[in-house]
Amino acid sequence: MVRKFLCLSILLSIFWLGFSNSVQAAGDGESKTGFILPHVMDNYEWHFATIGHTHVTLPLPVIIYSPDQGLEFFLSSNFQNHETHKFGKDYGVNGYYIDENYKLHAADESRTFYDFSITKNVMMMFIVIAVLLFLMLNSAKFYKRNPGTAPKGIASFIEPIVIFVRDEIALPNIGHKKYLKFTPYLLTLFFFIWVGNILGLFPEAANFTGNIALTFTLAIFTFIITNVNGNKDYWKHVFATPGVPVPLLLIIVPVEIIGLFTKPFALMVRLFVAITAGHIVILSFIALIFVFESMAVGVASTIMVVFINFIEILVATIQAYVFTLFSAMYIGLAVAEHDHH
Amino acid sequence: MGLITPGLGLIFWSALGFLIVLFLLTKYAWKPILAALDEREKSIDDALKSAEIARNEMANLKAENERIIHEAKIERDTMLHKASEAAKQMIDEAKEKAHLEGAKMIENAKATIETEKQAAIEDIKVQVGILSLAVAEKLLKKNFSEDAAQQKLVEELVKDIKLN
Repeated sequence: MVRKFLCLSILLSIFWLGFSNSVQAAGDGESKTGFILPHVMDNYEWHFATIGHTHVTLPLPVIIYSPDQGLEFFLSSNFQNHETHKFGKDYGVNGYYIDENYKLHAADESRTFYDFSITKNVMMMFIVIAVLLFLMLNSAKFYKRNPGTAPKGIASFIEPIVIFVRDEIALPNIGHKKYLKFTPYLLTLFFFIWVGNILGLFPEAANFTGNIALTFTLAIFTFIITNVNGNKDYWKHVFATPGVPVPLLLIIVPVEIIGLFTKPFALMVRLFVAITAGHIVILSFIALIFVFESMAVGVASTIMVVFINFIEILVATIQAYVFTLFSAMYIGLAVAEHDHH
Repeated sequence: MGLITPGLGLIFWSALGFLIVLFLLTKYAWKPILAALDEREKSIDDALKSAEIARNEMANLKAENERIIHEAKIERDTMLHKASEAAKQMIDEAKEKAHLEGAKMIENAKATIETEKQAAIEDIKVQVGILSLAVAEKLLKKNFSEDAAQQKLVEELVKDIKLN
């Protein structure tokens, strides 16, 4: 299997070497690859396809709170040219406009406002939540109806993962005394990220779990849970590391304090980078088709996209696992009652 | 809302969404599922344990049965042995008794025979005496003139003596 993929990759590489001249010939690469970044970023509308000159989009609510004007609701289509579906300064409403890079501005630069729009990613999150609730409540129903029997249907799909998170992530990292307290959080984290990752791989889906705001939020939750539950040992380790001479503490303590924040920071960046990079790779391969406008590249790119998609399914699972695992480890470090060393 | 600058709106919505999901799933999914799993694991554990106990009990029972059978066998053997011993002893005793009885009877018979014999001899002695007297009487009664006649007479007389 691995060898086959390896052969395929080498073959495809040779393909692209052969076509490297035509990259320069194409010249106008910018516009042909320009769709990649907006695709991995957030947006005020959900754009599905452009058929001819018709844009198939889902306009989304734009919610803005400003101290002077209060809460305001719009539709993203209010900010667009109705024919080209282009945002811009010319299509402002109520003193706001969305620029070409999908950024909301106030016409009066000095005004402060807070943007709570239901963007594409928020919409995506609602879908993820709906899928999660459907899956989990359904399987919970099974257990209520059939106590003590082997799982069937959705429950049989969910159960091994639940047991894995409980026995392989929570238990070894947090310890048998407290792991059950954190298992619901870790389960939610795992499934939230995993379903988000998987659904994000669908064509035209939003890069929800690859958005830094989401990974930031999840990392903050782990940070809060870790530090709220930190016991005496944990804080002693930070502020008076046992077995370290006093002069050295001057160096160690700041490092430990920084360490408190680097842990969630690493969580945030890891998930964001892994998922966004995967999306960019897939989109780049698709972009190659438009850049080269060649049948051979089309075939090769499609094969590659399929291949990368398989890897991305793997990455989706691994990243959900890693995020959950590291969260469990950080929580475990905070609640561990260890012998002093 | 750049690629690496987290947007406030999305942070707000994702925090809200995640908390709602966390709450709903914890209350309506994870707790029932984990409880059900726990219960099932416990019941499986219990079943395995009770099976183990039952198996041990079976083994104990079997051992007990075997022990009882073994003891019964030993008991039977000893009983048989004792019985045969007792029978043998009884036979021996009977034999000895019979032997003794026989010996005694023979002894008695011998004694009786002896007594009878003595009696007979006494009787013979008496008879001999009587006969002698009779012979003497007859001799005396006869004529003792001829020696030959006398001899002949004695012989005849002796011949005539019938001892019984």
